[in-house]
Amino acid sequence: MKRIYSVLVENRAGVLCKVAGLFWRRCFNIDSLAVGETDDPKVSNMIIVSSGDPRTLEQIEKQLNKKLDVIKVKTFDESESINRELLLVKIRCNRNNRRDIMETCEIMGATIVDMSKSVLMIQMCDTPERVQLFLDVIKGNSIVEISRTGTLALTKCAEPRN
Amino acid sequence: MNGADAIVRSLQKEGVEYVFGYPGVAICPFYNSILGSGIRTVLVRQEQNAAHEAGGYARISGKVGVAVVTSGPGATNLITGIATAFADSIPLVCITGQVDSTLMGSDVFQEADISGACESFVKYSYIVRDAADIPRIMKEAFHIASTGRKGPVLIDVPQDIQMQPLSRFEYPEDVSLRTYKPTVEGHAVQIRKVMQELQKASRPLVCAGGGVHLSGAAPEVRWFVERYHIPVVTTMMGLGTLPTEHPLFYGMVGNNGSPCGNRAMMESDMVLMVGARVADRSIRQPELVMGDKVLVHIDVDPAEIGKNAGPTIPLVGDIGSIFREFNRKELELDFSEWTGVLNGYRTEVPAPEASEGGRVDPGAFIRTLSLAMEPDAVYVADVGQNQLWSCKNAVMREGRFLTSGGMGTMGYAVPAALGARLADPGRQVVAVCGDGGFQMTMMELATLQQYQIAVKIVVLRNNTLGLVRQYQHFSYKDRFSVVDLGAYPDLERLASAYDIPYLHLTDAGETERILKAFLAEPGTALLEVRIDPDETV
Repeated sequence: MKRIYSVLVENRAGVLCKVAGLFWRRCFNIDSLAVGETDDPKVSNMIIVSSGDPRTLEQIEKQLNKKLDVIKVKTFDESESINRELLLVKIRCNRNNRRDIMETCEIMGATIVDMSKSVLMIQMCDTPERVQLFLDVIKGNSIVEISRTGTLALTKCAEPRN
Repeated sequence: MNGADAIVRSLQKEGVEYVFGYPGVAICPFYNSILGSGIRTVLVRQEQNAAHEAGGYARISGKVGVAVVTSGPGATNLITGIATAFADSIPLVCITGQVDSTLMGSDVFQEADISGACESFVKYSYIVRDAADIPRIMKEAFHIASTGRKGPVLIDVPQDIQMQPLSRFEYPEDVSLRTYKPTVEGHAVQIRKVMQELQKASRPLVCAGGGVHLSGAAPEVRWFVERYHIPVVTTMMGLGTLPTEHPLFYGMVGNNGSPCGNRAMMESDMVLMVGARVADRSIRQPELVMGDKVLVHIDVDPAEIGKNAGPTIPLVGDIGSIFREFNRKELELDFSEWTGVLNGYRTEVPAPEASEGGRVDPGAFIRTLSLAMEPDAVYVADVGQNQLWSCKNAVMREGRFLTSGGMGTMGYAVPAALGARLADPGRQVVAVCGDGGFQMTMMELATLQQYQIAVKIVVLRNNTLGLVRQYQHFSYKDRFSVVDLGAYPDLERLASAYDIPYLHLTDAGETERILKAFLAEPGTALLEVRIDPDETV
């Protein structure tokens, strides 16, 4: 089972380490982690994607709530939220495969943001699944390097139906 | 005024009587400021003992224990003591000196990242970056340590911050932490549910853990169970919730517990787990307590509820407060029939006997010792066979039973007993150790003598690490490995080196006479009891 934790924390030195250490010590998975400041510079938001059995997922929430630097924990699953990842990837290209790559980008909604004679840099912002799909498709080309964020997530705007 | 003065002033504001610790350059500004403050200092002989002493003090005084040591090795030596306190939820404030803040991170002499090292077993930690923050941090630290689920808080203070001038000192009245608001009162709906289930139950049982003592709720729990005749079992940390010979007490549960206590657990149809973690040593198979029973889990820490066993009714809050609510309800209930069934399961405790040439039976000895002690005495058990014999045989009356239950830290008994005695100097304090654990902290004999703190120390001597040996006997078919305590020190000469009266017991027939003389000693005294290394518990 997959679960997303949106965690508001005090924006202090060492907090990321404390939260990550909690996952490590208690053998909880971190599938993905993204951290950034919120509109209040004293507060950061961590989006942690984790997986495990229902009891583990409940423990994660409780243990996070126990941390004194944690202000609020919200949990939800993918269907209740909009999820995005950002991918930057450099691909080696030549006259033969450039068209192909550009076509793939077009189909998948990725954009070419930089290039040299032999390398293209592609940016893609989409759901984690589509980012992965895109990567699988272009894997046939030679990838120079990849930089990929963790998942960002916000719950959907509509009030949840009961 | 400087940062160190502010720390001392804060300790005064918190009503701290004792600081257990060990100085070093990085904490010298603090130890300079404490002179003349009225706060008494205890120089330990190794930093780990500072945390144990502060812990023993905290458990008997109900206040926060304070340990103050220097940076680097001073701080790292403290770690085992901090972890011990964390495992048993003992409120401590541990202050460590640190190298100058400008040098932090450059691996200079006696620098250790102590807050990083302790992260997983402190309730919270601070690194002080500005002396102006000291009053707030100290106020928060004492608040965090002593509320909710109690535990150790670490404050790391660089030397230059201790010497940084402070223009004014204002100790905050209140703590405002938006991230920390422990639940005290139990939810009314949940409390009502518990009462409804209790009315439906025919075989309810209270299983009391260390949380009962931490909340100071033993009287409330006792009132509750006596009113409805509900039987009680405890975990190791919960021992003393009821006197051992109370008609409603059926012993300790778990793999070291009493058959009667475990049977009560199995046959009950409703268990009120009170301030207990449902950890492996007490409840080996949590699914058994969940299967056919109504499980009510009462704990101040919501994360404990459902961690090891999913309860039918979770109830978060302070145990004292919750049981006062329970006790306000008037129910027509009486479970005497069920306690009657349990009474049939009780086994006779063997009377002390002098058998086989006066061999001292450890269990019988402990029972006699506990009965010879003053009724309200503090009994501190170390770790190992001595601890298990103590749990099974010590007769608790109005006293307290202290031990390192969660972490199982050998060498705990002597320093914890020292702290306990300082917390209540009128109360008899007895530390019972094996010869392994005693040799881990026997340096504290000097501390006991220097400050004239009277602790009665019993060493059960079998020249071996008994519990490991026993384990190797059963699990490794007598392939004994590294359990022989050779070159055994002559404890008589050791005691005399510290000017401590020494007694020894080798013949069970002498038990009562020797114990009488031992307990009558006005100061610290050491009693060595020879037992057979083949004894198992």
